[in-house]
Amino acid sequence: MKRIIRKALTLLSVYYAYMVEYRAELILWVLAGSLPIILMGIWIQAAQGGQFGLSPVDFARYFITVFVIRQLTVVWVIWDFEREVVEGKLSPKLLQPLDPVWHHVAGHVSERFVRLTFALLLVGLFFILYPQAFWLPSLSRFLLFTLAVVLAFALRFTIQYTFAMFAFWTERASALENFWLLFYLFLSGLIAPLEVFPEPVQKIVMFTPFPYLIDFPASLLVGLPVDIGRGFGSMVGWILVFLGANRFLWRAGLKRYSGMGA
Amino acid sequence: MSIIVAENLSKSYPVAVKSPGIKGTINHFFRRTYRTIKAVQDVSFEIAPGEVVGFLGPNGAGKTTTLKMLTGLIHPSSGTVKVAGQIPFHRKEAFLQQITLVMGQKQQLLWDLPALDSLKINAAVYDISDKEFQRRVGELTEMLSLEGKLTQAVRKLSLGERMKAELLAALLHRPHVLFLDEPTLGLDINAQVAVRDFLRDYNQRYQATVLLTSHYMADITALCQRVLLIHEGRLMYDGSLDGLLERFAPYREVHIELAQPLPIEKLMTYGDVQHLEGRSVHFMVSREALTRTVSKILTDLEVIDLTVTEPPVEEVIGRVFKAGVV
Repeated sequence: MKRIIRKALTLLSVYYAYMVEYRAELILWVLAGSLPIILMGIWIQAAQGGQFGLSPVDFARYFITVFVIRQLTVVWVIWDFEREVVEGKLSPKLLQPLDPVWHHVAGHVSERFVRLTFALLLVGLFFILYPQAFWLPSLSRFLLFTLAVVLAFALRFTIQYTFAMFAFWTERASALENFWLLFYLFLSGLIAPLEVFPEPVQKIVMFTPFPYLIDFPASLLVGLPVDIGRGFGSMVGWILVFLGANRFLWRAGLKRYSGMGA
Repeated sequence: MSIIVAENLSKSYPVAVKSPGIKGTINHFFRRTYRTIKAVQDVSFEIAPGEVVGFLGPNGAGKTTTLKMLTGLIHPSSGTVKVAGQIPFHRKEAFLQQITLVMGQKQQLLWDLPALDSLKINAAVYDISDKEFQRRVGELTEMLSLEGKLTQAVRKLSLGERMKAELLAALLHRPHVLFLDEPTLGLDINAQVAVRDFLRDYNQRYQATVLLTSHYMADITALCQRVLLIHEGRLMYDGSLDGLLERFAPYREVHIELAQPLPIEKLMTYGDVQHLEGRSVHFMVSREALTRTVSKILTDLEVIDLTVTEPPVEEVIGRVFKAGVV
């Protein structure tokens, strides 16, 4: 256990230093994630008509939360992994007694900490500009939200890393991610809260992994109606499903990687 | 007891082939045709602990493929391999802790951070304690004369320094078996010598086994007591470097400087004239005929200077590969 903690801390601290090297680029990435803020403007306008179940303030709170969730669950492992496979950089990592995935996990997790400071500044700025949207969620809601975001990141990472395994068979596995992104945009709650979707659509979407990536944690914090038990259950379930697929593809992929002469 | 045992090692893999032009591209899109490449065929050898062995062969001979099979990156199509008593492809921790593979200069180190940061990761990954880490880094830094370089961003290092830093990272866990693919590629003469000296030093200090490929013959002559010659996937020679010359170069170069220039026809009667420029002549003479020829030249011709040398190793090996015969 002590050995594992030491490995984790070392990886995190070194990758943190690595991410800090790119702080200027990172600020641009944070800003690039401001789609929810734009959508917020559109929805606040639309809500003034009053035909949705949510008020303008609800929309404002929902989308500022979405902004934070997006910042905390950004994943790019498929592009990094694809490059490692195509350029053969995976080979030296395979010769170390540590699964290469931990390098990616450490990179992603430590990047959060660099990004968070800047993202929170933006959130503060938002509430100064739009004080009527400010609210304090209860501590229990906040803790549940934190857990949900951690799981949402784990789920998104596991899904993308599973797609990344296809890099062993095709040079452009990231095309898969681009296709998936289409569904992610519409079904996760990134463009609109699921609350405004027609009932039957909502019911179906709840069986996919998408709403748990954004809508579920956001609704938890804002206080929209959610089924907490089903939400967490589904997240854990989907993580396990993709984890299983991932390990299967990893083993099959390594055989293939070696077959092609590495 | 051998530390590396390879028996009838073979590897073939499919390569997609595409004919040029639009038609070829369209065909390539719909139906790929593959051709099987036999990269390594029936290679067997054993290496004892502490040996330094050079792995020679032209580009595409199968050297890198063999190294990859020995490190467990690829699975042999047939045959068996054992390194330090383990099957490499299983990549068990007990195996990984004992070996290292160095291939090129952009491998382990994080480009934008000082090398020391990447080394810290390696220390954690290989379970090296902080105290031991400090000690080993100090020792290796001294052996590689990298003082003061480990705290600079890797991208700011020169090619030679980067290669040395890569070596340091690859050797931090103190492996017993080193696989080195072109460790001096692209380095200037001084850096080549430094890397060579370091490898010799490391081999002696830790009784490490080293298998290295290089295109610089100087690496091989300076380091290796034994060479493996591979050509078109087959092992053509396994033995000492001197033995290689005996076997493939049973001739000597005789260089003379004449008092007066002579026509080539006359010189040809003494031996195979390789080169003639004014009064300077290069002969290629078989070893059995050497003394006879030299004394004949000295009696018949007016010679100012005469030297007899072994042909350069590069030339011998080049000739072997060109002829493709053993």
